Amino acid sequence: MSGDVMCDEKGFCVQREGERCVIDATGVYYRQLNEHIRAALEHGVTDIEVVQVRGQRYIATAVEGDVRFAVRGVPGQDLGAFMRGPTIHVHGNAQDGVGNTMDGGRIVIHGMAGDVLGYAMRDGRILVRGDVGYRVGIHMKAYMDRVPVIVVGGKAGDFLGEYMAGGAIILLGMHSGMADAPITGRNLGTGMHGGVIYLRGRVPEYQLGPGLSMEPVDEADLAFLRGHIADFAAEFAGKFGAGAGGSGTEGQAAPADAGALAVAILSEPFVKIRPFSHRPYGNMYVGTN
Amino acid sequence: MHVKPISQHFNDFVIERERARCINCEVCVRQCSYEAHFWDEARQFVVHDSARCVGCHRCAAMCPTSCLTIRKKPSDFRDNSLWTSTYIKHIFKQADTGGVLLSGMGNPQPKPIYWDNMLLDASQVTNPSIDPLREPMELRTFLGAKPDAVDFIHTPEGPRLKQPLPPQLQLEYPIMFAAMSFGAINFNLHVAMARAATQLGICYNTGEGGLHPDLYQYGANTIVQVASGRFGVHKDYLNAGAAVEIKVGQGAKPGIGGHLPGEKIDEEVSRTRMVPQGSDAISPAPHHDIYSIEDLLQLIYAIKESTRYRVPVAVKIAAVHNAPAIASGIVRAGADIVVIDGFRGGTGAAPTMIRDNVGIPIELALASVDNRLRDEGIRNHASLVVAGGVRCSADVVKAIALGADAVYIGTAALVAVGCTLCGRCYTGKCPWGIATNAAQLKKRQNPDVAAQRMANLVRAWGHEIQEMLGGMGLNSIESLRGNRDKLRGVGLNEVELNVLGIKHAGL
Repeated sequence: MSGDVMCDEKGFCVQREGERCVIDATGVYYRQLNEHIRAALEHGVTDIEVVQVRGQRYIATAVEGDVRFAVRGVPGQDLGAFMRGPTIHVHGNAQDGVGNTMDGGRIVIHGMAGDVLGYAMRDGRILVRGDVGYRVGIHMKAYMDRVPVIVVGGKAGDFLGEYMAGGAIILLGMHSGMADAPITGRNLGTGMHGGVIYLRGRVPEYQLGPGLSMEPVDEADLAFLRGHIADFAAEFAGKFGAGAGGSGTEGQAAPADAGALAVAILSEPFVKIRPFSHRPYGNMYVGTN
Repeated sequence: MHVKPISQHFNDFVIERERARCINCEVCVRQCSYEAHFWDEARQFVVHDSARCVGCHRCAAMCPTSCLTIRKKPSDFRDNSLWTSTYIKHIFKQADTGGVLLSGMGNPQPKPIYWDNMLLDASQVTNPSIDPLREPMELRTFLGAKPDAVDFIHTPEGPRLKQPLPPQLQLEYPIMFAAMSFGAINFNLHVAMARAATQLGICYNTGEGGLHPDLYQYGANTIVQVASGRFGVHKDYLNAGAAVEIKVGQGAKPGIGGHLPGEKIDEEVSRTRMVPQGSDAISPAPHHDIYSIEDLLQLIYAIKESTRYRVPVAVKIAAVHNAPAIASGIVRAGADIVVIDGFRGGTGAAPTMIRDNVGIPIELALASVDNRLRDEGIRNHASLVVAGGVRCSADVVKAIALGADAVYIGTAALVAVGCTLCGRCYTGKCPWGIATNAAQLKKRQNPDVAAQRMANLVRAWGHEIQEMLGGMGLNSIESLRGNRDKLRGVGLNEVELNVLGIKHAGL
């Protein structure tokens, strides 16, 4: 890339071309890396490509506004925590805590992701091509027109959607490196008091936490699903369905065309898991003193 | 056959009305949100039902002719030191409902209160005492990590620090208003705490219910809290305050989360917490992104990144058996302030069994945490703030002498605005207008008056602290911190004295 060389007061320089820049993370500690990212944003850069990422934490944490990140490598914990607005594409796998308490924006992971993805997330989208770890989507919440959505192409670990208070998790179970695993682990949605989890296929009842119902989707659900599946298919068309996380083998070869992929994803029935009450503990107590 | 549950036949209080003085003005009827007083249409006068009385004394305080007296019900069960009326009534209630016992305010059990078993020193003849009315007496306190050593550079204007200090919270008194969320208490009292803290040059803590947009203006005197529910937590919130506190535990209910019942979530609470109206706001017991000290470090630094390392980050835990080891981990995870909340800490609602039986006294936890951090050589890496049962300025002085940098007061601040500890905060019907969001009740708290009362309290304590310091021959709060030689125990056994690190009186 040609263009300006932009340097901060600590002597760190990045190649800048107009509103784009590339930051090489090789050997850079996360604190410095994030300072460089913030400095670039303050200089008016709107498209940042971070290359050679090796586990640096907090990339795009608390970043606000209409900016775009392309992360090449494996970003560390808390990618995009507290963020509001940015779009992040991770070309690789992600670690734990992606989108922690995220307030808006979009994170697309072209691999798999670790534990606690989308914890307490209030708005925005997280799309993961492959599998996710444990405790994903815990305490997601919705408020007014803010409805967070997580779409996972692979399978999820235990405690998916625990304490969920709003928003939606869509779990496809298709692009997985865990051929023999169930689509989700134990304690699915325990303590859930709002929001909805959609599963492609179904899970045995015993995997559900208490106080939850599992029903077939209706037309309104399908309309919602179609929108988000189309979005998902557009991101991953041509890269979906034939093995996940670089090692898996499950799943048939999927269509390379986004429209056909969306149709293929929707060809299997979905179920929805919802809580019976948004006040699960309303009658549990008796006053004293 | 009973027409009402057994438990309702054995009420705790009786209302006595001096009929000759009652003018049937119905003030009591309007004041009692539990409807213990009401107008008898048939007989054309005010009557009452003592079974509904919670003992808040609002009616007696407001009665224009002082005709009301609230007494504990004298006809109690047969004396039995094991089966006290408390336990009998608990069982009746649980047999009626199958419910988990729920309580408001802190642990009322007669467990040891170590503040009362510690006495302060004073100067006599040598090292003369200081009169704070005439001589400078420093109460200013800085909370935050302190460097292991400082280097100076000499400039024409005088010496300056070579390295910048880690972020500090500056307090004019070693006292802050404890975390009480908007929702648990109402907006008027959040305004009052914010204004009082600003007036006093101290901080109040938002609690876990977010920060109302109208209160961002008081940010310099605000500590914003991040709890497991992450209600109203976002980038602007984190950056709104002078410090961020991660709430891991609460003294009144260690190990469990919180439920703000849907009834208390009105439009404003909903807007501030960013959760739907009428839905329970449930805080999980743990932060599900924190299962280890390493995970805690991750959240501490996520917050530091989000605030660009401008503000100190505190971590609050309940005082539990292993508090010293946990506190050490917290400091090593990068917290600038460790907050320990003792087993007498207040609450808007806690399961009674947990409130009354889980956790340890703050005095013991404080002494052992301070010891541990000193032994490990990391005491300067974080400040130590204690909470849970600080009732007066002498408790503050004793806490600081045991090793605290500052204290939080919650219950004391509410008592300043009228709370009588009736303990029914969880009903949302607080007749004093404190633990309620009901429009008719919350207007009983005028934010200006409440702010003034809270500020008066802290100023009064400040004077008393200065007097006690002066009496000990000290002229700054710094000289008292961890100065346990200024304390002596009375009526304590050797183990207690060892844990507290103090000598018995007479030695």
